[in-house]
Amino acid sequence: MKKGILTKSQKFQIMRICISAVLLALAMLLPVTGWGKIVLFLAAYAVVAYPVLWEALLNIIHGQVFDENFLMALASIGALGMKAFSEAVAVMLFYSVGELFESYAVNKSRRSITELMDIKPDHATLLKDGVETVVDPGEVSPGDLVIVKPGEKVPLDGTVEEGTSSVDTSALTGESIPVDVSEGDDISSGCVNLSGLLTVRVTKEFGESTVSKILDLVENAAGKKAPTEKFITKFARYYTPAVVAAAVILAFVPQIFEPAHPVADWFTSEWVYRALMFLVVSCPCALVISVPLSFFGGIGAASRKGILIKGSSYMESLTKIDTAIFDKTGTLTTGVFKVTDVKGPDDTLMLAAYAENYSSHPISLSIKEAYGEDIDENRIKDVHELAGKGISAIIDGRQIYAGNATLMKDQGIEVPESSEPGTLVYVAEDDTYHGHILISDEIKEDSAEALASLREQGIKTVMLTGDRDVIAEHVAEKLGITETHSQLLPSDKVALAEKIIDSDESGKVMFTGDGINDAPVLARADIGVAMGGMGSEAAIEAADVVIMDDKLSKLRTIISIAKRTMSIAKQNIVFALTVKAVILVISAIGLGNMWLAIFADVGVSVIAILNSMRTLVTRD
Amino acid sequence: MKKTFQLENLDCAHCAEKMADAINKLDKVKEADIAFMTQKLTIEAEEEDFDSILKDAQKAIKKVERGCKIVV
Repeated sequence: MKKGILTKSQKFQIMRICISAVLLALAMLLPVTGWGKIVLFLAAYAVVAYPVLWEALLNIIHGQVFDENFLMALASIGALGMKAFSEAVAVMLFYSVGELFESYAVNKSRRSITELMDIKPDHATLLKDGVETVVDPGEVSPGDLVIVKPGEKVPLDGTVEEGTSSVDTSALTGESIPVDVSEGDDISSGCVNLSGLLTVRVTKEFGESTVSKILDLVENAAGKKAPTEKFITKFARYYTPAVVAAAVILAFVPQIFEPAHPVADWFTSEWVYRALMFLVVSCPCALVISVPLSFFGGIGAASRKGILIKGSSYMESLTKIDTAIFDKTGTLTTGVFKVTDVKGPDDTLMLAAYAENYSSHPISLSIKEAYGEDIDENRIKDVHELAGKGISAIIDGRQIYAGNATLMKDQGIEVPESSEPGTLVYVAEDDTYHGHILISDEIKEDSAEALASLREQGIKTVMLTGDRDVIAEHVAEKLGITETHSQLLPSDKVALAEKIIDSDESGKVMFTGDGINDAPVLARADIGVAMGGMGSEAAIEAADVVIMDDKLSKLRTIISIAKRTMSIAKQNIVFALTVKAVILVISAIGLGNMWLAIFADVGVSVIAILNSMRTLVTRD
Repeated sequence: MKKTFQLENLDCAHCAEKMADAINKLDKVKEADIAFMTQKLTIEAEEEDFDSILKDAQKAIKKVERGCKIVV
């Protein structure tokens, strides 16, 4: 795309329009008469019309008849033939202004989308044998080291090998708060390094990196067209020939019934003038440009908020959701386990932490984190991991068991019943119960807000989880979920989700998951929304909509952008069709004039385009 | 297989539709689509046919909008 506000051909066009307008004004205002006036009009016409006439001629040679250039050429030449000089110039003048405006608007929105997606790194600083070389990101292979200086974009996905810094992820997530990274942290391509020097060990090829995946996705978003968009394409295919046919009929058929008149007069009658107005109105430009532009703007606006929508068809479906299904862990909850309660003597947590010392299970990690002190490994002996149950170990010479209810039962240890929501880790010494630790997965801060906004819109919420009933009920109650299904195996989840999708005939079903284990459901739902987790591959591939920063409250943003976009697209359709229909009728019965027809064509296009550009604006 | 090509100077929205229609009618093209806003042409066809398809597609595009080109 060209830089600068206007392209060269646009500037040239403005010049022609100005000259033509001046000549037209002179012709209309100067007290010249006769041939002098006609010459001025023709000059005004020629200056602005010649590219259109030329284009029309070339297209006819190529066998493209009904294009807008041809229609405008015919309408204006017809007007000239009828000695309606000022109208002839006006048709071309306003048509050119409209064209200019259209190309400006299209360029501008194309550019704002490109800027929005300006996340493509243009180079990578490769570090090999202590030497830095600047290369194309495509030339770097996984395993290579790259250096990212402050202000530069991270070129490829990788892990920080050396250095600490904060990175701006807003291009990927819409989140404006920088994220701190240090040695060992994963880092996504497309982030901007803000402060320190980072050495990154590349983990993925450029083509597989987050930035490439996102760009690919957004650029191809227009691929899946919404029903409304398809309707417009189909409509345009029939509209122009139909109006042209109507114009021909209008021009000559009524004259058959008039008193006999010379053949020459047939072409200069009032009926022909009315038919010419039909030709001017016959271009479907307002619709074919403004409707896709609305959708494109909406997709752009969403991506600026860290939401990727894979096509305009999903935009349309999003406005018709009546059921929202959620996966629990990682979607409604953070997926990070935390010790939320400890019952028993003071040393309960310490004993559990020592017992779990060698385990890397998320639950063990959460216990060690809660304990927080260094573990003296000399105090631990004879550790046995009992898969799926827990651990037995000798700590300070005491026989300790830490694990679930099954482990306790196996050891013949009686433990108190608990109905607390969460995962329980029992701690026992020899054959007696010592205490227990409650570990829960926290509900995300914005889950309640997100679900409340869905409820307000009358959307039914359903939660599917593999977790215990108590946990599910606890979460459902806190969030006000309509329907809960718990203790499901992965295959049950798919079957149940399918049942809901199939039985819901009235609206669309949305499924929201973290994208790791629920790819089948994401693909099966009318709209699959994945928590992108900074672009996890599985999520991006299976889902129709990806929330880059995992924030559930973005659901509200998505739906509101979709609704706004659809309503703008519909406004344009209704507006353009109504104005055109009204003007066709007025022209046919002889009340209209050419100026009105020009407004119906160019004016409507311009207004519709301006309206559709509103979709680019995002509001919170 | 599917391939995407960048177009240049695609200025008219319903020309894009006409081009896509014309390319869809070419031999060996399974499916073709043009995204007006991103100026991208997507063609689905057999790998070995792409060379000849591209030439014909360029011709078809030129017929509709003279200034429009496939960037190779």
